[in-house]
Amino acid sequence: MIKTAPATTASARIRGAFSEGRLTWSGLALTVFSILVYLFLYVPIVILVIFSFTRDEFGVRWTGFTFDWYIRLFNNPRMMGAAWNTLVVATVSTIVSTIIGTLLAMAMERYRFRGRNAIEGLIYLPIVVPEIVMAVALLAFSAIIFDVIRMVTGEVLRRNLATVTIGHIAFSISFVVVVVRTSLKNFDRRLEEAAADLGADSWNIFWRITFPLILPGIIGGALLAFTLSLDDFIISLFLSGPGTSLLPVEVYNRVRRAITPEINAISTLMLILSMALVALSQVLQRRR
Amino acid sequence: MSDSIAIELCDVVKRFGDVVAVDHVNLQIRDGEFFSLLGPSGCGKTSTLRMIAGFELPTAGSILIHGREMGITPPHLRPVNTVFQSYALFPHMTVAQNVAFGLEMRKTPKAEIARQVKEALELVRLSGLEDRRPRQLSGGQQQRVALARALVNHPEVLLLDEPLGALDQKLRKEMQLELKSLQARVGITFVFVTHDQEEALTMSDRIAVMNKGKLLQVGTPTEIYERPNCRFVADFIGETNFIDGVVIGRDGNYTVLETPEGLRLRGLAARPLSDGTAVTYSIRPEKVRLLAPNGELPPNGLAGTVMTVNYIGSDTRITVRINDQRTIDIWEQNTRSTLDRDEYWQPGEAAVIVCPPDNALVLSE
Repeated sequence: MIKTAPATTASARIRGAFSEGRLTWSGLALTVFSILVYLFLYVPIVILVIFSFTRDEFGVRWTGFTFDWYIRLFNNPRMMGAAWNTLVVATVSTIVSTIIGTLLAMAMERYRFRGRNAIEGLIYLPIVVPEIVMAVALLAFSAIIFDVIRMVTGEVLRRNLATVTIGHIAFSISFVVVVVRTSLKNFDRRLEEAAADLGADSWNIFWRITFPLILPGIIGGALLAFTLSLDDFIISLFLSGPGTSLLPVEVYNRVRRAITPEINAISTLMLILSMALVALSQVLQRRR
Repeated sequence: MSDSIAIELCDVVKRFGDVVAVDHVNLQIRDGEFFSLLGPSGCGKTSTLRMIAGFELPTAGSILIHGREMGITPPHLRPVNTVFQSYALFPHMTVAQNVAFGLEMRKTPKAEIARQVKEALELVRLSGLEDRRPRQLSGGQQQRVALARALVNHPEVLLLDEPLGALDQKLRKEMQLELKSLQARVGITFVFVTHDQEEALTMSDRIAVMNKGKLLQVGTPTEIYERPNCRFVADFIGETNFIDGVVIGRDGNYTVLETPEGLRLRGLAARPLSDGTAVTYSIRPEKVRLLAPNGELPPNGLAGTVMTVNYIGSDTRITVRINDQRTIDIWEQNTRSTLDRDEYWQPGEAAVIVCPPDNALVLSE
């Protein structure tokens, strides 16, 4: 059989697809557009990850593979200190804001009380208020509190991990409330009636029925609070004191001098941790 | 069945805002009986059940369970258990854990729990499904788990809130019989809420018919069907023919009424009614007899014309026109096994209907 050469060329195949209606201009445009959007989103991140393994000490050219920057990172006490601070702040603020946020969500979902609508509006405010405003407000507030403490007890306090933790709790609560309320909305309250009918008091109803069933929502809220705390910069910058800086602030201070592959390495690690947390929360949500 | 009282409602009222859901209900439910609360949706039957369970508190009046005033006793301290319409099984627990829940709340020893759970699941024929989750079960199986979960606690009274509502027709019939035999075996008082009159008639020892928050009649299925005490009950339970009229006198045991167009009918009245009282004459379609005209009208007979004849297998349903305003429905059982329908009533034929006065009721209000 004689092969008809033109039919096998790429341009001919595309022309064929057009004439058969498998390919349209709008479909093609949409595909190209989607690819561009994804490139826009992910190319910088991919480059960051790649250049955390380059031998080039300025981290901008590929000169060969190495783990050196990760090793150096783990031997850098300032970086490791900041990472430890970040984990402590994130853990404490997550636990506190999850407990407060869950209780608040329960109160708002379950009870009608005076001022409920006002609280409803106010609780979401920290989500929309510019973070810089929150940061300045918290900074000013902490200064006032420190002044009061100094006048009353004579003790001179400085900003430290506690102040930054309180700041993180303040903005995390709102996010926890949003997530937990969603799972409370989907919770069938007749199950609580059934439990009461079977002899459970309110303590047992909560711990045996309500809590296990809204737990995925609570975990979702906690993971959100944790990731928000991990990468928070503005409030952390304003509220942390001397010698207690958090990882994003420490990274920023380094970058001001020079971008090194070490920065790429720590960024990559934070990226992996965040992605792992998001994946974990997805898995937990799906288990429901 | 003993004569002691399991549940007593004394002048119970429940208001939700301006709505009176339950309106001065007085009721006694006997020990060991299968008692149904029957009525259309919104009649107050579910509110009544929820007050017995303790999910709602009466606005006024009192509820006694085996003579103990319930007052504001919360649900978990009442000696009753509920089977919910939606089953309300705990989705995060296995079948066995669901059934064990009530026993655990009562701090029953572990070994004893295991034994009783096994027994309860055998009782509802679910052995072998202990480790399934509720969502892996069919509707009928979920229903049985809900039953086992309640019965395992040996409640003094079992409350059932339309438990068969979500099942398909066939399964529903099966479960009706099964519930009935289960109740006979365990001997626990069942209070069963339903809007399905056939279900109530099939299963109950006694039925309470409710409408608009009021308790209209309490009686055995036969009493409720054969001797309804008002128009609503006659209409809600089964089918019936209604003819409006006024009382014009008495004839022995019977009360005589006259319709606006001058027809005179005799029937039984629950109590003596004075002349001039507006009443409704009620006779069930299967009680009416249809005769060929032979010149003279028999007592309590009316002349008419056959309008429609519908053969539905077990019965033939015939509509007879009495006059311009009125038709009467008659159901005749097809006792003759013949294919020759030409022998039967034909539309347009003249006929005489007879309402046997012992089966016809004169209902006031």
